[in-house]
Amino acid sequence: MSQPTIPMKMSEHPAYAGRYPAPPEDGKAAFFPEKISREDCAHLDALEAQSIFLIREAYHYFKNVCMPWSMGKDSNVLIWLSKKAFCGHIPYPLLHIDTTYEFPEMIEYRNWAVEHHGLNLIVKINEDARAGRGAYAERGPIGYDTTDPVTVTHELKTEALKQVMAEHRWDALITGIRRDEDPTRAKERYFSPRTADFDWDYKDQPPEFWNQFTSSCGAGEHVRVQALLDWSERDIWLYIQREGIPIPKMYFARTGADGKRYRFRSLGCWPISGPVESEADTIDKIIDELAVTKTSERAGRAQDHHERNAMQKLRAKGFM
Amino acid sequence: MSVIQSSKPVSAVASFEDQQRLKVVFVGHVDHGKSTLIGRIFYDTQSLADGKVEQIQAACREEGMEFEYAFLLDALLEEQEQNITIDTTQIQFKTARRPYVIIDAPGHKEFLKNMITGAASADAAVLLIAANEGVREQSRRHGYLLSMLGIRQVVVAVNKMDLVNFSEETFNAVVAEYRQFLSQIGLEARTFVPISARNGFNVASKAAVEMPWYKGPSVLDMLDRFESPKPTTEQPLRFPVQDVYRFDERRIIAGRIESGTLRVGDRLLFSPNNKTSVVASIERWSGEPGEVAYAGESVAITLTEQIFVQRGHVASQEKDTPIESNRFKANLFWMGKNNLVAGNRYKLKLTTQELDCELVSVDRVIDASTLEAVGEPRNYIARNDVAEITLQTRTPLVMDNHDRIPTLGRFIIVDGHQVGGGGILSGGTYTDRTQVKSQNIFWSEGKVTASHRAARNGHQGAIVWLTGLSGSGKSTLAKALERELFNLGMHTTILDGDNVRHGLNSNLGFSPEDRVENIRRVGEVARLMAESGLIVISAFISPYRVDRRRAREIALEGGCGFLEVFVDAPLEVCEQRDPKNLYRRARAGEIQEFTGISAPYESPENAEVVVPTSKLSLEESIAVVMEALLPRVRHEFSPEI
Repeated sequence: MSQPTIPMKMSEHPAYAGRYPAPPEDGKAAFFPEKISREDCAHLDALEAQSIFLIREAYHYFKNVCMPWSMGKDSNVLIWLSKKAFCGHIPYPLLHIDTTYEFPEMIEYRNWAVEHHGLNLIVKINEDARAGRGAYAERGPIGYDTTDPVTVTHELKTEALKQVMAEHRWDALITGIRRDEDPTRAKERYFSPRTADFDWDYKDQPPEFWNQFTSSCGAGEHVRVQALLDWSERDIWLYIQREGIPIPKMYFARTGADGKRYRFRSLGCWPISGPVESEADTIDKIIDELAVTKTSERAGRAQDHHERNAMQKLRAKGFM
Repeated sequence: MSVIQSSKPVSAVASFEDQQRLKVVFVGHVDHGKSTLIGRIFYDTQSLADGKVEQIQAACREEGMEFEYAFLLDALLEEQEQNITIDTTQIQFKTARRPYVIIDAPGHKEFLKNMITGAASADAAVLLIAANEGVREQSRRHGYLLSMLGIRQVVVAVNKMDLVNFSEETFNAVVAEYRQFLSQIGLEARTFVPISARNGFNVASKAAVEMPWYKGPSVLDMLDRFESPKPTTEQPLRFPVQDVYRFDERRIIAGRIESGTLRVGDRLLFSPNNKTSVVASIERWSGEPGEVAYAGESVAITLTEQIFVQRGHVASQEKDTPIESNRFKANLFWMGKNNLVAGNRYKLKLTTQELDCELVSVDRVIDASTLEAVGEPRNYIARNDVAEITLQTRTPLVMDNHDRIPTLGRFIIVDGHQVGGGGILSGGTYTDRTQVKSQNIFWSEGKVTASHRAARNGHQGAIVWLTGLSGSGKSTLAKALERELFNLGMHTTILDGDNVRHGLNSNLGFSPEDRVENIRRVGEVARLMAESGLIVISAFISPYRVDRRRAREIALEGGCGFLEVFVDAPLEVCEQRDPKNLYRRARAGEIQEFTGISAPYESPENAEVVVPTSKLSLEESIAVVMEALLPRVRHEFSPEI
């Protein structure tokens, strides 16, 4: 199963062979929300102010900063907050770790967003792992058809990140992880140091209080600046709506072949991402849905469930 | 499952305050049941994902362990194995009244840093005491730290009532003992609630059967009775500068308003350099352009006059300024791996300020559980100590008393790369400037290196080479620059015609050869002075490119920074200014080989800084030079020296 190359028709791509169908060919690469400020989002101002503060601190302390960008809702909020922090500019590059298992419409979205926001985007693929050469010659190609999802995630995301960081020597990554996503993320600091091997020493994290952070690190080490740590999934949507932030279309319900409606809550590699049944085709409906849902956001992500504590193991080894 | 009791009627839209998440920290002695209580609250408020409880119950059966509510919280493998919480966790949940962030702070003594990390951002606290064990060392210690951190809203939950047969007498004994302790530290608990977290008694619902004698509120009721933090927009303005950006030809000052209100047209005073300017605009990308910004906002502003402003300066209104001091007392807690030792130098951070400081004296070390002074007087503070200390900083610290403006009244101390401890500033005795003497002592042996000098001076030596026509403003700029640097506590001096021509170079005239020799000597002297740690400002016309290049090479040979500043004013302007009547005399033929008239001036092609003095005010000119200079002389604090 090798990655089909464009110009295959999107609807024929295996990514859409499941319940979630390909998008209509309407020439629209992104969803532009109608700007609505609901009455129940007064707390967004405090979240926004703290995130901007964190982003500016990161830029001050670390001059070699990069912002990983998955193209998902959270990382699009990060782009927005960066522009607010720097008056419409983004003074650092963005990084997309391309696993080669992206949904085709996400690649379309990526190209559109680079143009729209004027991004300085670096795209990184762990080519050796996909092709089974170099360090991977003995193991053969790494892919979902040959390897378990935890290993694929580690090799195509974390290892790819290590490779590109070695090349660019970034000393800080501004990330969009949130405490409410996962129990291990609930223990994160805003500024979280990582060793040269990307290890997260969660047993001995530095103290962090009064908005003073770990502002330096040793050679080869880096700091993850987690600017959205305090936000909840619902906050992200309230903010996207309030600000009118353009996002991928896959978060909205489409009618599958079985006649039921599906959407994605969390976007990842297509072989391991499942949609949830949902009628939500507007942001208002998504927000209302989240007010009552009891399933976790990453429930559709197979690599999290492959084994007990898979997420903790992935994260200790450097996964976001 | 219990029904959540809310002290407030549910309306369609909560008030502004009730939409803000209230941060509640849970503290207490290890094993007194914090994680169990938090797990139970999540269970009772139905805050957990579907199937989570069943999933953990199944995992427990698999491992042959008894299910506990604490497991709902303890996600990390190690915690499940050790059955203790190892790091601060923040989780959201909500009641009918409002959303909360629960901060679980570990109780182990060696995990003080995690408790501080958790508790320092809390609006309120729940402190647990197990009824069967009673008040323990950590119960008191945590209470003391809460009071030190300024957390005034505290509920005490007396847990494990099921282990003491729900005895009212035992409960009352715990209450009496702990209430007495709290009163000593000036803290008053809102109430004491007898609970059994594992059974859910008095957590979300009342335990009328088991504890009929208790008529008070449940833990959740008490959470809902806490007050939301009040906005600080009415307080005096404090706007610490976070950064200065140059975007789209504009100079933008970024930062977060810690307190007060900022309006376009306000005259701001920046401490500690006491410069003022007026707010020209509040910049908001993609937002509504507004004339006013409030406490809590991260903003960007522009000023009408481009004065020198940098990170760490604190803007206020002119009439209500913060305190400036470089010697002060503080209450400090220490969690560093190494001791904090008197006479040693550390980095102090308060909002965006970053200063070198020295521990002058340890005035009292306090046992936080007995509140008594610890042992004999000593000159260090060890890990987990709490103490009263006196600190001295190299340059003035801008601050407020903690009870007036909390964010300007607390600081941290950095030891190496690590945050070592935190301190609280309170009023009274810390502005006695007459006692300030340099107590910087170095024990290093051998050659005094540039980095030794930089460590003592707080900056590196460098040469600021001003070049420009006579009358372009070099001397004026040099003097103002010297004053500016001096006020920042930097070591600086000026080399100009007045102090060089009459002495060192008194044998030189104005022939082309003599001009070359003049500049060569100035270059060498500037290098020697810069090597000794000074920021040397040279103010000579220095009209020839080749001479300036030579001066630069001399500086670089000595490892000194060199900043060429083109003081750029058109000849007509200089001639019009003619402060020393030289142009008039040159035109009249009284002075030969006068630069600009009868001798050439070769404008710099690659000057680091260009200062068009005919277009900028003096303050603005200083700002342009300072912005380029300071990053070049910044001393990176290195504790090894």
